[in-house]
Amino acid sequence: MENEAGALSRVAGLFSARGYNIESLSVAPTEDPTLSRMTLVTTGSDDVIEQVTKHLNKLIEVVKVIDLSDGNHIERELMLVKVRAIGPDREEIKRLVEIFRGCIIDVTDKSYTIELTGTSLKLDAFLDAIEKSAVLETVRTGASGIGRGDWVLKV
Amino acid sequence: MSVELTGAEITIRCLQEEGVDCIFGYPGGAVLFLYDELFKQDKVRHILVRHEQAAVHAADGYARSSNKVGVALVTSGPGVTNAVTGIATAYMDSIPLVVISGQVPTSAIGLDAFQEVDTVGITRPCVKHNFLVSDISELATTIKKAFYIAATGRPGPVLVDIPKDVTQQKMVFAYPEKISMRSYNPVVKGNLKQIKKAVELILSAKRPVFYTGGGVILSDAAKQLTELVKLLEYPCTNTLMGLGGYPATDKQFIGMLGMHGTYEANMAMQYCDVLIAVGARFDDRVIGNPKHFSNESRKIIHIDIDPSSISKRVKVDIPIVGNVPDVLKELIKLLKSTKEAPDQTTLGEWWKQIELWRDRDCLKYDRQSSIIKPQMVVEKLYEITRGDAFITSDVGQHQMWAAQFYKFDKPRRWINSGGLGTMGFGMPAAMGVQLANLKSKVACITGEASIQMCIQELSTCKQYKLPLKIINLNNRYMGMVRQWQEFFHGNRYAESYMDALPDFIKLAESYGHVGIKIERPEDVEGALKEAFKLKDQLVFLDFITDQTENVFPMVPGGKGLSEMILV
Ligand SMILES: Cc1ncc(C[n+]2csc(CCOP(=O)(O)OP(=O)(O)O)c2C)c(N)n1
Ligand SMILES: [Mg+2]
Repeated sequence: MENEAGALSRVAGLFSARGYNIESLSVAPTEDPTLSRMTLVTTGSDDVIEQVTKHLNKLIEVVKVIDLSDGNHIERELMLVKVRAIGPDREEIKRLVEIFRGCIIDVTDKSYTIELTGTSLKLDAFLDAIEKSAVLETVRTGASGIGRGDWVLKV
Repeated sequence: MSVELTGAEITIRCLQEEGVDCIFGYPGGAVLFLYDELFKQDKVRHILVRHEQAAVHAADGYARSSNKVGVALVTSGPGVTNAVTGIATAYMDSIPLVVISGQVPTSAIGLDAFQEVDTVGITRPCVKHNFLVSDISELATTIKKAFYIAATGRPGPVLVDIPKDVTQQKMVFAYPEKISMRSYNPVVKGNLKQIKKAVELILSAKRPVFYTGGGVILSDAAKQLTELVKLLEYPCTNTLMGLGGYPATDKQFIGMLGMHGTYEANMAMQYCDVLIAVGARFDDRVIGNPKHFSNESRKIIHIDIDPSSISKRVKVDIPIVGNVPDVLKELIKLLKSTKEAPDQTTLGEWWKQIELWRDRDCLKYDRQSSIIKPQMVVEKLYEITRGDAFITSDVGQHQMWAAQFYKFDKPRRWINSGGLGTMGFGMPAAMGVQLANLKSKVACITGEASIQMCIQELSTCKQYKLPLKIINLNNRYMGMVRQWQEFFHGNRYAESYMDALPDFIKLAESYGHVGIKIERPEDVEGALKEAFKLKDQLVFLDFITDQTENVFPMVPGGKGLSEMILV
């Protein structure tokens, strides 16, 4: 969509006005600074998704809408987690981070801050694997998606 | 050549470049520079209303009756909030408007300045698009875009919010001749494959019906629609917004459909086997309960410019997204070039069935009544104006009687708030209609409750000598509310009686107009004739009508089209 003030609120407003839900939304300017790319995750029946797509297309600032789940695609989300890490837990957490191919990016004598990317499901799985009471703070970006292979989204 | 103009001058110059001859507005602090520039020129006429809601309704009536973009100008804060009802009304009916609003200076935005509101935020859900012009360098292009967006594709209102300092800054004026936006490409040609499929289905139909809406009016497709329907000899029904899209006096016209549609139109809708929907959107007031509607199986062809209108409430079989007149032209061309024709025997049987439904005479009413029947007033109005007036209406029973009993043969003659159902729309809209059609007869059919919502505009009508005929169907009730209370709330008429009504005759006179009170059926015709003889004057006709009259037929909310209540 056009990288303009207000474009984001039009998208958000559309979803709330028509009762669609937004699971996550991530947006930033592209290599062409006049354009932003947004990845929005929503759920609904095929009919609902069809309407969502049509209404998004109607917004004047939206240049192109594609449903990534129509085809093969890759999606990634970034999560930062601060966990309590004391005594024997420190080793255990490090192993877990390795298994999930994350990295520890900040350390104190009581805590680790972990960076993890992957599909949203993988991030959920990590949170399930780690002792709940150890999690002090999490922040997630919401998914960003791109089509697989040579196919590119061009405007 | 490089003279610099102020933002205010640029704005007015843009309007001139767009060929705008008339705008509706109300001044205030944030738009003073704009008004100053209006004062210094005479190409754009400014009509001073008495309330910003009326400015937008008037611009709306102007647009609906002329197919030009209507323009309104309001100040920041309360000017904008007053205008919102008008903007939402236009949005719901897809009317092309450009609303220019003043805003506090850019340096004051966000500081809760005097008369500041977040105009772009408040209006976002009820405009096709809106802009805040934060820099004078964007001003001319933005206004160009606003007109372009308002008038193309599925039309709609566009708001341009201009901070006061932008109207003061200076810049060389250049109006872009053309505009292209990568994110907005509205012209769509119908898919030829789909159109061919539609032709096959149309020709194979046993019980076909055309169902057409406001899209036919907005896209100026009445001519093509009429040609197509006549070519096929199929029945045609119009929605409330689509009246005039097909000539109402033609025998193939089976009346309006929907909640207060005719028996024959609703039954044909329910029991057809091929439905050709054109510029219509299967609204809840039109098809009733969608589940009940889908109980009968039929194939649906849906032609519309807006893809999001297709398969929104009812699944369709052949969607055709495109500019309606172009798609219809293509259909006509293909139908004329094929050797196949609809089976005349089955079509004849279908027409026989429709005639049986028509024989129910669902719009009958007591013509011998000694109290004035509202339907009779509309019928007389139709006769006296020879069906050639522009009719606006407010919202309520009178609106439905106007739609049922005034036979519109031409598009853009019937002007009402169908989508939002805005009481107070009628008179200001009629002002806009009159200003767009200076020589034509314009009547506003209203009720004693609705008319009071914008009654102050009688003053505007005086100032600009607008000779409207106000047809007040005065039943001393919010009749439509009373009707629902009678049917669905055990006759408990909670707050629907209109007490302490003004003497409308004196009221009209105090504004400098003529008022006539009519209390007996035998006086109706004479009063109407007298009113239209007063060519240069607004005449307020206060018809004291039967308080107990209800609008029939009626499809109760949540019920199906074939479950109508008849008289
Ligand atoms: C601004 C607004 N408020 C409330 C309503 C709800 N409403 C619909 S019809 C109606 C009564 C209209 O009464 P009147 O103008 O006398 O017309 P009648 O039905 O009696 O012909 C009301 C209150 C509305 N449509 N618009
Ligand atoms: Mg009334």
